[in-house]
Amino acid sequence: MGNRDYDLFGPDAKRAVESGLTAAEWYHSDVPRKVMKELMARSDGPAMRDTVILYGAMIVLAGLGIALWPTWWSAPFWLAYGVLYGSASDSRWHECSHGTAFRTPWMNDAVYQIASFMIMRNSATWRWSHARHHSETYFVGRDPEIAIMRPTEMAKLIVNFFGILDVLKFIPNLVQNALTGPSAAERTFVPQAEWPKVQRVAQVHLAIYLATGALALAMGSILPLMVIGLPRLYGAWHHVMTGLLQHGGLADNVVDHRLNSRTVYMNPISRFIYWNMNYHVEHHMFPMVPYHALPRLHEIIKHDLPAPNRSIAEGFAEMWPAIKRQLAHQDYFLKRDLPATAKPYREDFQLYVPGMMPAPAAE
Amino acid sequence: MPWIDACATDDIDAEDLIRFDHGGATYAIYHGVDGKFYATAGKCTHEDVHLCDGLVMDFMVECPKHNGQFDYRTGEAKRLPACVNLRTFPVKVEADRVWIEV
Ligand code: FES
Repeated sequence: MGNRDYDLFGPDAKRAVESGLTAAEWYHSDVPRKVMKELMARSDGPAMRDTVILYGAMIVLAGLGIALWPTWWSAPFWLAYGVLYGSASDSRWHECSHGTAFRTPWMNDAVYQIASFMIMRNSATWRWSHARHHSETYFVGRDPEIAIMRPTEMAKLIVNFFGILDVLKFIPNLVQNALTGPSAAERTFVPQAEWPKVQRVAQVHLAIYLATGALALAMGSILPLMVIGLPRLYGAWHHVMTGLLQHGGLADNVVDHRLNSRTVYMNPISRFIYWNMNYHVEHHMFPMVPYHALPRLHEIIKHDLPAPNRSIAEGFAEMWPAIKRQLAHQDYFLKRDLPATAKPYREDFQLYVPGMMPAPAAE
Repeated sequence: MPWIDACATDDIDAEDLIRFDHGGATYAIYHGVDGKFYATAGKCTHEDVHLCDGLVMDFMVECPKHNGQFDYRTGEAKRLPACVNLRTFPVKVEADRVWIEV
C-alpha cells in the first residue's frame, strides 16, 4: 500500500469504500448469547460510585490548589486535578458516548456533556466521529480518530502529551463551529439534522471559555484558567499515554480487532482514570459491554486473543519500536501471536482488499 | 402479504430477540416484556448491522454497534446515531408458533 493518505476526502478513503473494506464483516470471538446478555446488562451503581469519587476528588483537589495558590505547594494538587480533568474526562466522554456507563439515559448524557467540555470536543460532532471509529477502526481515510498516522511525526506525538496540538486545533474549530456550524470534513460524518446542534454546543463552550478568560483578566491572575481550560493541557498526558497504546504499531485496514487493538493490564489508578478501556480489544469487539463488565468479558474470551501486555511499560516497549520502524516502512505492523486455543486470524479478512494489505509483515 | 411461520414461542427468551431470515431478507423477532411477540427489520437503520446481537431492555432494542435504540413495537428510532425508524411487521401467535406477515 505504501504511502497512506488519511484525508477523509482522499484516495485511500475512496478505495476503502470501493474495495468493499467498509462493508466487510468484523471478526467476533464466540460468546454464548446468554452470557453476552449478562455482560451487556446495564446498571447505574458502578458509574454513580465512580462519578461521585471523580467529581468529589476534583472539587477537593481544586479547592486545595486554590487555597495554596500561588505557592508551589499547590502544584501537586493541580497535577492531580489536571489528570482528572484532562484525562479522566476522555474516558468518561468515551463511555458515555456509547451510552453504556449508566443504565439511566440522562445520567449518561449529563456526564457526556460535562466530559466533552473538559476534553474540548464538541459533544454533537464527536459522537459521530466515534461511531465511525467503531465501524471502520483504523481504515485509512475513513477513521477520523487515528491517533498514530504513518509515518508517525514523533515530535508531534511527544508535544501532544501536553495536549498542545489538540488544543491548537480545537480553538479555531470551536470558533468556526460557533460561527458557522460544522466544517466541511465534519459534514462528511455528522448528519445534516445535527448541524445546528454542533453550532449550539460550540457557542455554549465558547461562552464558558470567554467568561473564564474575562474573570482571569479581571483578577489579573491565571487562577480561573487553572481550574477551567488549562488542565486540558497539563493533565492530558495520561489519556495520551493510554490512548497511544490502543492501536499503536498494529495493523490498519483489517477487520479483526485482535490485529488492530491492544489490551494492556494496568494499575488500579490508571484503570480508574481510563475506565477499563485498557481492555481495548474486548471493547472494540463488543462495544455494548459496559466498562465495569470488561474484566469479566476479558476472562471469557482471552483464550481467543493475543496475550495482553502486562503493564503500560511493557505495552510501550512493544509499541515504540514498531512505530519507529513504520517511519521507514509504512506497511510494517506488529502481528502478535495468538494462543493455541484461539481461532486463527483469517487471512481473507486481512487480505480482504486486494492491494490494500501487504503480505503480513510480522517479525 | 403472506404469513410466514418464523419460530416457536419458546425459541425466544422473555425480553430477548432472535434473527429470522426468509426470502433473502432478515428480520428480528422479539419476545417483549409484556409477553407479546413483535417483528422488525433485522438490521439497524444506521449501518448494516444485525440487531440480533443487541440487548432488549423493556420495549427498546439496542443496536450492538453504536447503541442506536429503537422501540420494537413501533420501530421508532429513539437514540442517536439511529435516526431512521425501523420497519415493523405484523405478528400473530397460533399453536405456540410465531408468524410474521412479510
Ligand atoms: S449500526 Fe446501529 S447504531 Fe450504528
